[in-house]
Amino acid sequence: MKNNLSFKDGIIDALPICLGYVSVSIAFGVLAIQNGLPLWAPPIISVFDLSGTGQFAALDLLKATASYLEIFCAILVINARYFLMSVSLSQIIPTDFKWWQRIIVAYGNTDEIFAMATSKKVPLNFKYMIGLIIVPVIGWTSGTVIGTFAGDIVPEVLSSALGISLYAMFLAIIIPPATDSRPVTFTVVVSALLSISFYYTPCLNKLSSGWVIIICGLTASVISAIKYPVREADDE
Amino acid sequence: MNKSYLVIAIITMTLATYVPRMLPIAVIKSKINNAFLKSILVYMPYGVLSAMIFPAIFYSTGNTTAGIFGSVVALFLSYKKRSLLTVAVASVLAVLLLEVVI
Repeated sequence: MKNNLSFKDGIIDALPICLGYVSVSIAFGVLAIQNGLPLWAPPIISVFDLSGTGQFAALDLLKATASYLEIFCAILVINARYFLMSVSLSQIIPTDFKWWQRIIVAYGNTDEIFAMATSKKVPLNFKYMIGLIIVPVIGWTSGTVIGTFAGDIVPEVLSSALGISLYAMFLAIIIPPATDSRPVTFTVVVSALLSISFYYTPCLNKLSSGWVIIICGLTASVISAIKYPVREADDE
Repeated sequence: MNKSYLVIAIITMTLATYVPRMLPIAVIKSKINNAFLKSILVYMPYGVLSAMIFPAIFYSTGNTTAGIFGSVVALFLSYKKRSLLTVAVASVLAVLLLEVVI
């Protein structure tokens, strides 16, 4: 593997993310129009937010004309995992990143882009991050435009099947390091079991998915950190 | 839908999305030195992503049986260290196949 990531490397790594985004955002565009949003709104929401779960949840809130405070709190809870991801990202970007580079990279800190960035074995740089962010933004926005203006061109059976693509991609990102590292396997399994038990336990399954992700992810990481402390040498 | 309501609502949701993404990365400018915190941060991406995948992946398509079949295909190919694109496309095809067959 090369030692210096380029803008082009970012674009190449972003292509599968972009494909997944196009399929999911078409669904967002279609659903937004079905929920009574005007044609100008869905593409603007997609460019501003670049966030799957949050945007889908927002459609229900907008339809119900929820208060601004309610919208803010609900979306914040759903997106609270970004807080953890942002802490993690702050540790893998070079310390000499300027403030404006930080606020630009923060905009693109989606689940998929974050997962890709953390999977890199070589130091990240700004050019690479821009490539990695810009392609999914184009995919997410153009998919939304397609869904908004021409939602009926995608057969239902295909759009339903495409729902699995982003999850499959997450697996492709976390499973290979897990097969090479026992502590990572442990983290993945503990977190998955916790999340599954939340889903099937009465009362606990009332909790918003935003909280469940944070509780399970953080608990699994803390247990792993106690059981398998990372030594300085095998840190990088 | 009222236009001014929608505009303010969109700004509100944008803030609620951007603030958690931006705050830590803007504020934490040095490497964390505490060994325990560092260990947590090493494992956190895997913990968070794993909690997002399971059990949501099973219900990510219109049909749970197809979703589980697609998950198994994705798990197997990820274990074989195939590329992101291969894993994503193969699992979508697996789901399509089962949706058409059933």
